[in-house]
Amino acid sequence: MTKQSPANIATIPDEGIDKGGQRLTTDQITRVISRHLEEEGGARLKIYMETCVHCGLCSDACHFYLSNDHDPKFSPAGKVKQALAPIIRKKGRVSVDFIKKASEIAFTECNLCRRCVMYCPFGINIAYLMLFIRRICHKLGVVPQYIQDTAHSHSATMNQMWVKEDEWIDTLHWQEDEARDEIENLRIPLEKEGADIFYSVIGPEPKFRAQLIYQAAVIMNAAGMDWTMPATSGWDNSDMCMYTGDEEMVARLKKVHFEAAMRLKTKRIVMGECGHAFRSVHDVGNRYLGWKMSPLSVIHAIEFYYELFRDRKLRVRQKYSIPVTLHDPCNVVRGGGLHELARYVIHETCSRFVEMHPNREHNYCCGAGGGVINCGPPYTKKRESSSKVKADQLADAMARGAKVIIAPCHNCHSGLEDTVKHYGLDMEIKFLGDIIYECIYK
Amino acid sequence: MMHEIFSFVRGPMVWIAFTVFTVGSLYRFISMWRLAKKKDSVVFNYFSFFYALRSIGHWIFPFAGVNMRKHPAMTVVAFLFHICLFVVPIFLSAHVIMFKESWNISWRWLPDPAADIMVMIVIVCCLFFWGRRIFLKEVRYLTSVSDYLILAAVAAPFISGLWAYHQWTAFSAVMIVHIISGEILLMIIPFTKLSHMLFFPFTRGYMGSEFGAVRHAKDW
Repeated sequence: MTKQSPANIATIPDEGIDKGGQRLTTDQITRVISRHLEEEGGARLKIYMETCVHCGLCSDACHFYLSNDHDPKFSPAGKVKQALAPIIRKKGRVSVDFIKKASEIAFTECNLCRRCVMYCPFGINIAYLMLFIRRICHKLGVVPQYIQDTAHSHSATMNQMWVKEDEWIDTLHWQEDEARDEIENLRIPLEKEGADIFYSVIGPEPKFRAQLIYQAAVIMNAAGMDWTMPATSGWDNSDMCMYTGDEEMVARLKKVHFEAAMRLKTKRIVMGECGHAFRSVHDVGNRYLGWKMSPLSVIHAIEFYYELFRDRKLRVRQKYSIPVTLHDPCNVVRGGGLHELARYVIHETCSRFVEMHPNREHNYCCGAGGGVINCGPPYTKKRESSSKVKADQLADAMARGAKVIIAPCHNCHSGLEDTVKHYGLDMEIKFLGDIIYECIYK
Repeated sequence: MMHEIFSFVRGPMVWIAFTVFTVGSLYRFISMWRLAKKKDSVVFNYFSFFYALRSIGHWIFPFAGVNMRKHPAMTVVAFLFHICLFVVPIFLSAHVIMFKESWNISWRWLPDPAADIMVMIVIVCCLFFWGRRIFLKEVRYLTSVSDYLILAAVAAPFISGLWAYHQWTAFSAVMIVHIISGEILLMIIPFTKLSHMLFFPFTRGYMGSEFGAVRHAKDW
């Protein structure tokens, strides 16, 4: 009898993959893939596939591999072997079942965290290869339903959460109202032309975590910033299309975002504490629009907070006394080098800081990023069991006193919440903004 | 008969092997360059020499990266292997003398006992790689027949060379095997996974550029 690892237990069917697969024939698959290989399979794909010498050194980088009992099927190169190598070898002549399996691997067994890129001696970008598969699945219409829904929302509403324009404006007014109970005359300035800062957030903030907008307004107010948010589309900087392989939509989304900031003649974009949105705005979306770097200055909340403390714009009333640890999100650390700035902010605001190990660029992924958590309930169990190594890392930080995990990224936040709950860790998860809000003179 | 084969592999075949290797490598570089120009312009736009060299520097220096420290045995073996693999064929006295005889050019060569040891190091390293493919499940899972064949292709000229040098049994036949296997190895470099020898600086350099210049992070 084969031992069934918890990761293989599928309890909830995924209609996106199942129904998407039902509509396909092998001929269609072959036609789509061979055209895709012809149009987009370039030198990187060729060299990455041809030079990988199958040394297996990427395995130790991957939390899926480490958490699933060192099962080689979960190693980065193992996933390429299963999901991409046959596509290349057979020039796209693969079955429907193969595509369904490849979709599941590329979407739910890789967080695109790029840790393995730092472990491969050749620098083979396995996240690129996984995205290559995801784009094939996108073109074939075999994408997990939940994340596809967010992509649909993006294309219909230009935000991730089906938030209508009046709901967005209403949410800001509501948060402004709430905040005025605490701080008289506080404003969330909408549509202020010529403001220094264009503040953008991800769709889930107005949808589920409106208090974060409240907190941001309080921080902006305390620091005396000249800021604004748009009343139109472009307020949402998030980008699930980047993860479903819908590159055309990535370009549309980023265009709307940049154009909103430019229409208001703002000097720069400050983003809320989100990792994948930073990846999209700083690194990916600009490329699809033909900009080498973003067309106007974009900074992540970490860097913004760092500037506020460095320039003494914020003053700390009382440092946060509960011991904290920091989870370095892949997209702002491995993807943005903001790890030391985050530590600077923590040292300014917290009295006790415990490092988790490994940390900085080598931190383990939260297990949620790369759109994995967005693939929804069918994969929650797999995601939780694949975060075992993360849980061990957190437990170790907890044993050394940490009670609060600071995670300056929405995806990480949600992923860590699941991990902490699943593994019974007594830890709380906070954003940097939560801590700052608590500690400063308002 | 033996003599004819010998003079063929010692003569025209050498030219063929070196030509296939050089022209093949050039072809690979040029075609890859053109493909990249057409479909991967991102590589050229984001390539940064400083960050490329920073990354390559860290990866060609033993134990400079975290993963190298995680696998100390593999690191030692991989470095010893690659160093000996390059140094021995180029600086072996017998090889240098052949150049001297043919073209009257020569360079300093290794003392034979040193070369002898280095060849044995290469062979032991190949055994180590072989063992990894058999005993480590994450490597075994990735390994296909071609990986064993390539390993054999690399080991063959060294094993036969050692054999011929020590004049063990049937060494003159083994000498022919040595020459042919060396020539085959040279010829397959551009067209197999051994092409990592050609492309390593580019893959590593490109990733180093992306990590350094765009993402402000280390990649080692």
